[in-house]
Amino acid sequence: MEFEAVIGLEIHAELSTKSKIFCGCTTEFGGEVNTHCCPVCLGLPGALPVLNKAVVDYAIKAGIALNCNINKETYMARKNYFYPDAPKNYQITQHETPLCSEGFVEVETEEGLKKIRIERIHIEEDAGKALHEGDASFIDFNRSGVPLIEIVTRPDMRSPQEARMFFEKLRSILLYTEVSDCKMQEGSLRCDANVSIRPKGSKEFGVKTEIKNMNSFKALEKALEFEIERQINAVRNGERIVQETRRWDESKGQTIVMRSKEEAHDYRYFPEPDMVYLVVDDNWIEDIKSNMPELPDQKRKRYIENYNLPEYDAEIITASKELAAFFEEAVANGGNPKSISNWIMGEVLRTLNDREMEITDVKFKPADLVKLIELVEKGTISNTIAKKVFADMFETGKQPEKIVEEKGLVQISDEGAIRDIVNKVLDENPQSIEDFKNGKTKAMGFLVGQIMKASKGKANPQLVNKLLDEEIRKR
Amino acid sequence: MHFKYAHEIKDLLIKKEVSAEEVVKSSIERIKEVDGKIDAFLEVFEEDAIENAKSVDKKIANGEEVGALAGIPMAIKDNICLKNQKTTCASKILENFTSPYDATVVRKLKESDAIIIGRLNMDEFAMGSSTENSSIKKTKNPYDLERVPGGSSGGSAASVAAGEVYFSLGSDTGGSIRQPASLCGVVGFKPTYGRVSRYGLVAFASSLDQIGPFTRDVEDCALVLNTICGKDNLDSTSANVDVEDFTTYLNKDIKGIRVGLPKEYFGEGIDEGVKREVEKAVEALKLLGAEVKEISLPMSKYSLPVYYILSSSEASSNLARFDGIRYGYRADEFEDLVDLYVKSRSIGFGSEVKRRIMLGTYALSSGYYDAYYKKALKVKRLIIEEFKRAFEEVDLIVSPTSPSVAFKFGEKADDPLKMYLSDVCTVPVNIAGLPAVSMPVGLSEGLPVGLQIIGNYFQEGKILSLASSIEKIVNFNARPLI
Ligand SMILES: [Zn+2]
Repeated sequence: MEFEAVIGLEIHAELSTKSKIFCGCTTEFGGEVNTHCCPVCLGLPGALPVLNKAVVDYAIKAGIALNCNINKETYMARKNYFYPDAPKNYQITQHETPLCSEGFVEVETEEGLKKIRIERIHIEEDAGKALHEGDASFIDFNRSGVPLIEIVTRPDMRSPQEARMFFEKLRSILLYTEVSDCKMQEGSLRCDANVSIRPKGSKEFGVKTEIKNMNSFKALEKALEFEIERQINAVRNGERIVQETRRWDESKGQTIVMRSKEEAHDYRYFPEPDMVYLVVDDNWIEDIKSNMPELPDQKRKRYIENYNLPEYDAEIITASKELAAFFEEAVANGGNPKSISNWIMGEVLRTLNDREMEITDVKFKPADLVKLIELVEKGTISNTIAKKVFADMFETGKQPEKIVEEKGLVQISDEGAIRDIVNKVLDENPQSIEDFKNGKTKAMGFLVGQIMKASKGKANPQLVNKLLDEEIRKR
Repeated sequence: MHFKYAHEIKDLLIKKEVSAEEVVKSSIERIKEVDGKIDAFLEVFEEDAIENAKSVDKKIANGEEVGALAGIPMAIKDNICLKNQKTTCASKILENFTSPYDATVVRKLKESDAIIIGRLNMDEFAMGSSTENSSIKKTKNPYDLERVPGGSSGGSAASVAAGEVYFSLGSDTGGSIRQPASLCGVVGFKPTYGRVSRYGLVAFASSLDQIGPFTRDVEDCALVLNTICGKDNLDSTSANVDVEDFTTYLNKDIKGIRVGLPKEYFGEGIDEGVKREVEKAVEALKLLGAEVKEISLPMSKYSLPVYYILSSSEASSNLARFDGIRYGYRADEFEDLVDLYVKSRSIGFGSEVKRRIMLGTYALSSGYYDAYYKKALKVKRLIIEEFKRAFEEVDLIVSPTSPSVAFKFGEKADDPLKMYLSDVCTVPVNIAGLPAVSMPVGLSEGLPVGLQIIGNYFQEGKILSLASSIEKIVNFNARPLI
């Protein structure tokens, strides 16, 4: 029997606000332990939470970007549980009334564009962080009260790859809107997954397990692959899947049980009585809407329509806000969009990947890339030379004309000079001439290579081909 | 000097007939003299208080402007945070908590140059109606040391009644200001919910708690309200309503004012003596030209169950932070984290607090939430609507504050349900979030009887107006013999 996976994600994103959700303390990462704290975020007796308006702004922005309804009258709720890093032993979150609901994200999958539905986005506070030293445990409350949004999807993903693509797309949207800095290594973007399997084509849901805290795209994909495989094997062996919470162990490459359903908490949610209702009016929403940046999907469509880029190129370039900005600045500098895209998709991304760098790390300017392309199109340098110049630009940040000039890389288009090189190469390779005349076309390629080598790559390739053809016939 | 009013002391200070230092020292003397019998104070800040009094005197001598309560000794209930002082809520579990910050009301009192002279005893975490639930000591009623002062702000009421301080602050969740004020023969005011910031008040039930003053007369009450009321950006439930000068409402003609007597508040369970004194006050109102009529508030009878569900639910959550890790008491021996929580809380909390935490935990649990918590919220809404309708008919509502005068220690302590009935007249007001005062109107068997005046939202002025008229007519001038 063939199985399919049913995957839903719960993603926590730390908002980019300067201050915490219920007090004025800074949200800055790091800092000496327990220095970014006050009575409110320490949950001291008598302290009261006051909702930071900026948190609501950011959450609404995320809601709009993810095509959600913004719920105009909502309230904060308490989620009660005892945990050492929760200063009040309850978390202030939203329960029955999330701020945003019923949205979606479009993901370009192998089977085409797919809508992954968003069930809800709610705002909540982060907890502190436990530190262990030998037998003792300490808590750092610097993170306590850092604002988060939790984005919950419908179980619409059918494979680990789809889940990963969704997560990447979501991250890109959050980065575009500047709702979150999405630094996974600092925990500002975290992902949990609910996963079950069912016979392919079935409409019913299987028993799901929850995998906690995957903090990279790779971890998400790998954990899901493992868990789906585990569930399929279990079912094939006649075992029952039990509802439980598991965590991804990177080093073992396995998901491991954390707790079973029997240990699940009764969170005793109820409306937070220390706060008034959160009322959002149309003006508030309109104000945020009118300040929304262009989102990846809109950009992608525009690139395809206005610049004639292939869908694939458009998707990749718009996935990163910075990459898209680089592309657009290059276009604004008069470059041909398709040529720029070719360069970005080719040399630029390849070099960045090789060096594990981001586009924001490059030393040269988008205008320099345009210049480089112009040098090729004008015939000043060949494509091969251009790649060398690019490598130099990447390394030093120098302008391409300078590199070409300093290294004397200008293309040789002088017929006489090239003809001399051609004849010299032909003189040195009588066997190749023989082979060519015996119908071995390969020999031609070898000779072209030798000529380019002799000219240090500077000979105009069209002229080389033409003159070689002429001279070889003369012999 | 001990039984003068705060406004009289204020006049004497301004006229320089007495110094703040003298006033404070006399208060401290009085505390030393009587508090051994009453046990209202948990701590007296003798040195600080004298220091602060001296600086007020200096200001007065230099002709500098002083605050509205300058030089007047007062004390606060031990659930209101005072910077660098302990705030224990009379609980073992908070015994070592020193607050690093001032409650907003404390900040305002300091700005008005009042002299905070000490912390006052209370029922643990403000849960109780007799101050017998304090984990530290029992406060006695100054009128009869064998009787309770009421609760949970028993210390606050007794300290004012005994002439130890000129006013005090308490908190009222279900009647915890008005009921002890009634039992101790002083004025106790619970403002509209949101009128006074709760920032720095250790929460019992967030949606019901309200800080308010105990004073010896209505004028003092208006003075203190002037200082402590007002919007606070640190409390999102605090109301953005202008604070008028409440003293302007005093001594006004109340002719034609419509006063409602809810028949349900005069029925079964009200002591004859209490009823008699309250009815005398009502007769006096009629003489002053008030239009008195009987009204009906049938939903009020559901107030007690609604109160116990909502307040216990919130308390179970509010008190979760006292887990034995931070603040005060921590169990010495434990197996693991959960065991540490369980042992510390089992020993650190008293039985009434534990009873309510369990009740609240039960009411909020997933199987019972709809049946209890949600239903209580619905009934709360009905109670609010009923009051709103009543206030279309009348301007103010008058009733007894407590169904009985001060009772003896232990009399109700073993029967929680009987004890809970002490708050039967006051609880509906908290459910609806309305303002109300209790003022002494007479004695029954030598013990004070309190009258409750309930007003519509933010109508504190109207309440004070009626209260000051009644005060003049009934001329309650009893003093405890202590
Ligand atoms: Zn803080």
